[in-house]
Amino acid sequence: MTTRHIVLCAVLVFGGCAAGPADRVVLLPGADGEVGRIAVNPGADETVLGTAWASASVDGKGRLAQTQSSAAQVSRDFATALGALPPRPKSYTLYFERDSDRLTAESAAQADIVLADIAARPVADVIVIGHTDRTGDLAYNDALSLQRAETLRELLIAKGGDASRIGVAGRGEREPLVPTADDIPEARNRRAELSVR
Amino acid sequence: MLVCVFGTTTLAAEPAGIVKIATGQVTLERAGARHAVSPGTPVDAADTLVTGADGRCGITFRDNSLLSLGPDSRFVIDDFRFDSTTHEGGFDSTLKQGKLAVVSGKLAKHGKDQMKIRTPSSILGVRGTEFVVEAAAAQ
Repeated sequence: MTTRHIVLCAVLVFGGCAAGPADRVVLLPGADGEVGRIAVNPGADETVLGTAWASASVDGKGRLAQTQSSAAQVSRDFATALGALPPRPKSYTLYFERDSDRLTAESAAQADIVLADIAARPVADVIVIGHTDRTGDLAYNDALSLQRAETLRELLIAKGGDASRIGVAGRGEREPLVPTADDIPEARNRRAELSVR
Repeated sequence: MLVCVFGTTTLAAEPAGIVKIATGQVTLERAGARHAVSPGTPVDAADTLVTGADGRCGITFRDNSLLSLGPDSRFVIDDFRFDSTTHEGGFDSTLKQGKLAVVSGKLAKHGKDQMKIRTPSSILGVRGTEFVVEAAAAQ
């Protein structure tokens, strides 16, 4: 900034204009109700914002001013950017009948909700990971877990999902939700986890 | 072990992020060339995203960070590294101009210095979670 600019700015300040370009950060309350923390460092010392709507402005000379913003101010100034935030990533678990790639009645009903969520997302990316309980041997369960994931993938594609954006994997009996001894049937382990974003 | 090696290879090939929302004029600058951006466009480290007066753009990153740009904005992805097993890595970016909304993801959650956003005047150390940033236009 040249001397002339500084003088001009000083004149404009008295005229009601802002004192040169300033950067600004406002901490928002999280969707889960928790407020995070942001450290703002203009060069020498950092200032940590840690309460909802806390705001820091830093001018072109590195001077930091801490103020309190508000929901109204943020929605006025940042509506367009906030409106372009992608949907939040989400995880779902669906359960299967014993030794089968058929969903349980309860999960079959829930699957419609999951599929609707995925269909509503712009360019949804989905990872489906199938699992089994510990009845049957390792190789059999690897195949069954993959088959469970593939079945859900086919269901997603049938509902209009983009095949190139749906990844599948089978983890067999290696990652039980509920640890059991070998050969123990456990309904909560006969599942597929879907990560959607 | 084989599964492990395969998994790592797959992750290395995945882009840092995917554009989920793009309306109006949105441009990606990569290695001196300009590309139009639409939903589904992958973004990576060293890319610059530019929105026009009517543009806005939302990106989902591999660590589940969500970032969106308002109009007349210029945003550079300086570095993105994410280990999906350990959640270690780094996400450095610069908002050169305009407006940015952020919901931080697994990188910021795992380590307090893993996500940083620069503006013309400051460095923001992101420790979570939701915030907005404005960088004044260069004068």
